[in-house]
Amino acid sequence: MTTLTVRRFHLPFWPSAAVAALAWLIAWAINLPAANWLAYDLLGLEPGTHLGDAVAFFLYDVPKVLLLLLGIVTAVTFLRSYFPPERMRAALAGHGTLPATIGAAGFGIVTPFCSCSAVPLFIGFVEAGIPMGVTFAFLISSPMVNEVALVLLWGLFGPGIALLYMAAGLSVAIVGGLVLGRLGVERWVEPWVLEVRAGGGATSLDLHLSIEQRLRDAWTYTRDLVRKVLPYVLAGIGVGAFIHGFVPTDLVAAIGGRENPLAVPLVVAIAIPLYSNAAGTIPIVEALLGKGMPLGTTLAFMMAIVAISLPEFLILRRVIRARLIALFATVVVVGILAVGFLFNALGL
Amino acid sequence: MKVIEVLGPGCANCQRVEANAREAVAMAGVAAEIRHVTDPREIVAHGILSTPGLIIDGTIRSYGRIPSAGDIAMWLVE
Repeated sequence: MTTLTVRRFHLPFWPSAAVAALAWLIAWAINLPAANWLAYDLLGLEPGTHLGDAVAFFLYDVPKVLLLLLGIVTAVTFLRSYFPPERMRAALAGHGTLPATIGAAGFGIVTPFCSCSAVPLFIGFVEAGIPMGVTFAFLISSPMVNEVALVLLWGLFGPGIALLYMAAGLSVAIVGGLVLGRLGVERWVEPWVLEVRAGGGATSLDLHLSIEQRLRDAWTYTRDLVRKVLPYVLAGIGVGAFIHGFVPTDLVAAIGGRENPLAVPLVVAIAIPLYSNAAGTIPIVEALLGKGMPLGTTLAFMMAIVAISLPEFLILRRVIRARLIALFATVVVVGILAVGFLFNALGL
Repeated sequence: MKVIEVLGPGCANCQRVEANAREAVAMAGVAAEIRHVTDPREIVAHGILSTPGLIIDGTIRSYGRIPSAGDIAMWLVE
């Protein structure tokens, strides 16, 4: 066997990881006092004024959201590496429609999935004989109830709202998957996709990866993700800070309030073209909730932003007809509207 | 002559795996041919659902992650 010298300098792994974790904790602890000091002492802004509150919100929220993303996406990506789509497929194949649909929605939370894998995933599910509705349950749940959304909601609003969001998103995915499954949507799947079914079977690949390898991968992924979403996060927090400082509570209540029956459809209509990731959306959601927007309206807004993704629809067009994409989008929108109306009606 | 197959529809991640594979070939100093497999049917036929995947001489080495050039070089000389 040839020996190979890899001439690449690597910091010793575990000490670097420990230092990074410690730095994270310190930054988290000093964030609020540091933001207040910057806004009110260094910049000399008055607490309680529009500008002062907007600036303090911005200075506090940017590091807070970035720290949450860096710390928690790394941890969650590490854990997710144990639930790859290949394993999900093996777990779902050969079960009844209802358990498989519920399972697929649940896997949507933990299974790492990028929309560029949508086509192989779709075909792989067909190949294993998994019902179409089950696949759609996963495709609905995966962007909507993703771990980044849950963790940010938990970090900013506490476990109550995060768990409600999760329950609502899973319900939309399960009901949406069951409905689409009933509609005989195979008609609108490209014929060449259905041909692979002959192969059948679902073996799970298993390649061994060490914990260190998984952590390194998780860190690389997080670094790339944060770099990619940073402009959206800054824009989202900027909009959030503006709402926080300048938009009157009465206006938010008048437009988004429970008394306005059009509030939920209105925010969903605004959200559909605004495709973004959870990271950019949540600061806006934070500011709207702070201004008294009811929870149902707010959750519907956030779900519509993350779940309706034009790029993903374009990718799926390779395997399914435009009519099915439209049907899929309709089912998701109806589900989101139902969540908004239900939560508002419950007065949460 | 090694055959390296990079499996993926051609998104940014797949291109990074391909770039790492090229670097690995230079690092390991072996003769190798790099193929890019974009047909989803062929990807799925290997049992891979999460791209990018990497196959060297018919053995699946990784999927759903981006192996470093160093990792790939190790597999090439194994």
